Amino acid sequence: MQQLGSTIAANRFGLGARPGELAAIGGDGRDWLRAQLKGAPPAIAGAQLASSAEVLGEAFALQRQVQQARRSGNDVQQRLPQFLKPIYQNEATARFEQAVTTDRPFIERLTQFWTNHFAVSIDKQFMAGLAGSFEREAIRPRVLGNFGDLLVAAEMHPAMLLYLDNHLSVGPHSSAAIRAGLRRRGGNSPPGINENLGRETLELHSLGVGGGYTQYDVTSFATVITGWSVGGGNGLWASGPPGRFVFRPDQHEPGIKTVLGRKYGGEGYEQGVEVLNDLAQHPSTARHIATKLARHFIADEPPPAAVERLARAFTEYGGDLRSVYRVLIDTPEAWEQPLGKYKTPNDFIVSSYRGLSLPVDASHGPLAPFELLGQRIWQPGSPAGWPDRSADWDGASALLKRVEWADAVGGRLGSRRDAAELAPQLLGANLNGATGTAIARAASAQQALTLLLAAPEFMRR
Amino acid sequence: MKRREFLRVGALATGSALITSRLAFARTATPGRRPRFVLAILRGALDGLAAVPPYGDSGYGRLRGEFALRAPGEPKGALPLDGFFGLHPSLGFLGQCYAARELIVFHAVASPYRERSHFDGQDVLENGTALPHASQSGWLNRALAEAPGGRRRDSGVALGQNVPLVMRGPAEVTSWSPSKLAGLDDDTLARITDLYTRDPLLSVRLADALTADRVAAEPGAMAQDAAVAPDMAAAQPGQSQAGQAPAPGGAYAETVRAAAGFLRQEDGPQVAVFDTTGWDTHANEGGAEGQLAGRLAALDKGLATLRGELGPAWRDTAVLLVTEFGRTAAINGTRGTDHGTATMAFLTGGAVAGGRVIADWPGLSSRELYQGRDLTPTLDLRCVLKGVLEEHLGIAPRALEAVVFPQSERSRALGGLMRA
Repeated sequence: MQQLGSTIAANRFGLGARPGELAAIGGDGRDWLRAQLKGAPPAIAGAQLASSAEVLGEAFALQRQVQQARRSGNDVQQRLPQFLKPIYQNEATARFEQAVTTDRPFIERLTQFWTNHFAVSIDKQFMAGLAGSFEREAIRPRVLGNFGDLLVAAEMHPAMLLYLDNHLSVGPHSSAAIRAGLRRRGGNSPPGINENLGRETLELHSLGVGGGYTQYDVTSFATVITGWSVGGGNGLWASGPPGRFVFRPDQHEPGIKTVLGRKYGGEGYEQGVEVLNDLAQHPSTARHIATKLARHFIADEPPPAAVERLARAFTEYGGDLRSVYRVLIDTPEAWEQPLGKYKTPNDFIVSSYRGLSLPVDASHGPLAPFELLGQRIWQPGSPAGWPDRSADWDGASALLKRVEWADAVGGRLGSRRDAAELAPQLLGANLNGATGTAIARAASAQQALTLLLAAPEFMRR
Repeated sequence: MKRREFLRVGALATGSALITSRLAFARTATPGRRPRFVLAILRGALDGLAAVPPYGDSGYGRLRGEFALRAPGEPKGALPLDGFFGLHPSLGFLGQCYAARELIVFHAVASPYRERSHFDGQDVLENGTALPHASQSGWLNRALAEAPGGRRRDSGVALGQNVPLVMRGPAEVTSWSPSKLAGLDDDTLARITDLYTRDPLLSVRLADALTADRVAAEPGAMAQDAAVAPDMAAAQPGQSQAGQAPAPGGAYAETVRAAAGFLRQEDGPQVAVFDTTGWDTHANEGGAEGQLAGRLAALDKGLATLRGELGPAWRDTAVLLVTEFGRTAAINGTRGTDHGTATMAFLTGGAVAGGRVIADWPGLSSRELYQGRDLTPTLDLRCVLKGVLEEHLGIAPRALEAVVFPQSERSRALGGLMRA
């Protein structure tokens, strides 16, 4: 069963086998995965990739121009989207290319997992320009570190603060609120809490829904992080370094707060960091993360024993993610059901590119397949991120689109790839005899490639 | 105003004898005509107090402050309903439906879910039980499986690539979305079909997709702008709209036209489901104008398109619009609203006995609010769903109780929602 090991390692833990990769992995695949955990996580760099602070600084300036122009009647509304769109395209293309070419695909899958866990979605203002730098700055450097650090970095990143409205949230007894109250005229509503980030931090990022928090905890934690903001914006948010995290003491709700029964007396932004550190170590967080990891790497309905083992490791190693991944690699259930996971469109596209050694060509609309197959990079549409079960992705229309796309890819490549030669190299021990026969008997090289990509065992991992 | 008093006044105002009559039993569906049903899920928790402002409640203006909608007749005022509730001024088409007695507005309605997670809230809304994740299938699919005449293939279609939970389950349903690539040649398709024969999931999915495509390709079924592009170049994302929020108009209008295209065919699916997003208005929600007003206008326009595209089939159609829960009764500190509890639902269409607001109004004083912050639910959404499924689609009450909405006996079907 050694070959099954390398097949699962490359296709389930990784992002799809490249030609020759299964042979290179050899063994049972576990050592190959463990080796990828060594060293710092790979970074994506490029002259075209700007930091979130640079992007936001520019975006805020454009926003001011647009507002001024609107007052004077000029139509410059499109300037901001026109500025953000190429940033998104460059970032998403770089991410796609990284996934296709990386020698540490397990780390890349984990990066995508965590970005999705702390999802921002490009359908909200500014996010098209920030989603990529959010991943590069907050997520990517910490995927092999400690969960607590990852949690704090994600919540403090300007992309997250803007995505979940926290820059707008004002403590009702803060000096900013009191000042506004004195100035208030007519029916203007008083500034106050916006609980969006507070709620999603508890529900999605740490404890998980049903993780033992109440509405009181949501509101209370939201007051804890009042003042967590972004510098260089407009109006009330003008001060501070543009596009960077800023703590605004005048918006921060003063005083002691209670979250999950524990009192937090610290002042300033440290109060929020303290709560996050406690959340990171909470048993509900361990269970929540363990369940999501097991669902991603084992099965839609993950075996309780595997979840239990991962949750224990998470707690025992204090959220050290490398240790949790080692336990995941050693979890027998992850190696028992080949093809237990239906590929997402992203998985399907990336594994096709890896398997067929397709170049990610920035000049030829490299992101078209993601749009076509229904999973645009960094656009899950909600802070919950993309779903991770077969039923969310296996719709009839979705399947037909994959098949049509496979056909288009086959047509483009024709005889430049040999599907019969590639099939065992990509599918390894999962290759079904019927698929091999169908490819061998195909009417053309083009059709053979279509059958390879459309094969049931290529739809799954 | 006291709740019961309002009920009485409301009944008189609308000329309808029964307003919240849970005593009126639902009729069975009329034989001989072919009912169509559209379910639109508004994901993100639509603010029911903005869509259907209770301007007659003295608490409303206090809670909504500068964003409170004015009474009908005033500048930028709400559209008239029954003298107590109004419609958001962006909902002009729905206002016409109400006047034509083709719209029922439900208010203070909620699913059994009482927490405030979107994702669990949507799960309960769709799974038909009282608990999140209690079922892997959805109530509408289970209802289709129990529909008179037994199960038929593709009785329902989800507009989109994948099928939402509400439509997953034992009944075979399909999904459809416009294709931008060339179709496969018959030989390749036959070989793939052959390759899938031993795969129970893929074989069914592929067959369903091909059926939906055939239905969509029938003359007059689809607006031709969803037609096939000849090569991959056409799908290259030069046209990618990254950087802009997706306009509720574009893709949504196409979805609505596709839904109508399926439903107006005599042998097509009877039930269509689609969803829209963008209702999670935590900040800068706006009032008569602004963010939410724009979304509502797009929604309303889409419904007008649906009616137009359905043509004569509108007469036999019921369209239900639901959202997972409501939002806080008061405006929050960032000129928006946070996650709440009860909200509104709309039932419209030519088959609907409309022109009524059905609401057991709980009031808006702070002691009347749920947990001191949200509109209190007084009507279980399942009462509405059962009424529609029984009277419109002819699902047997026994099946509704046992299979479609298990353990919901206390939430009885609302009767008289459909025209006789």
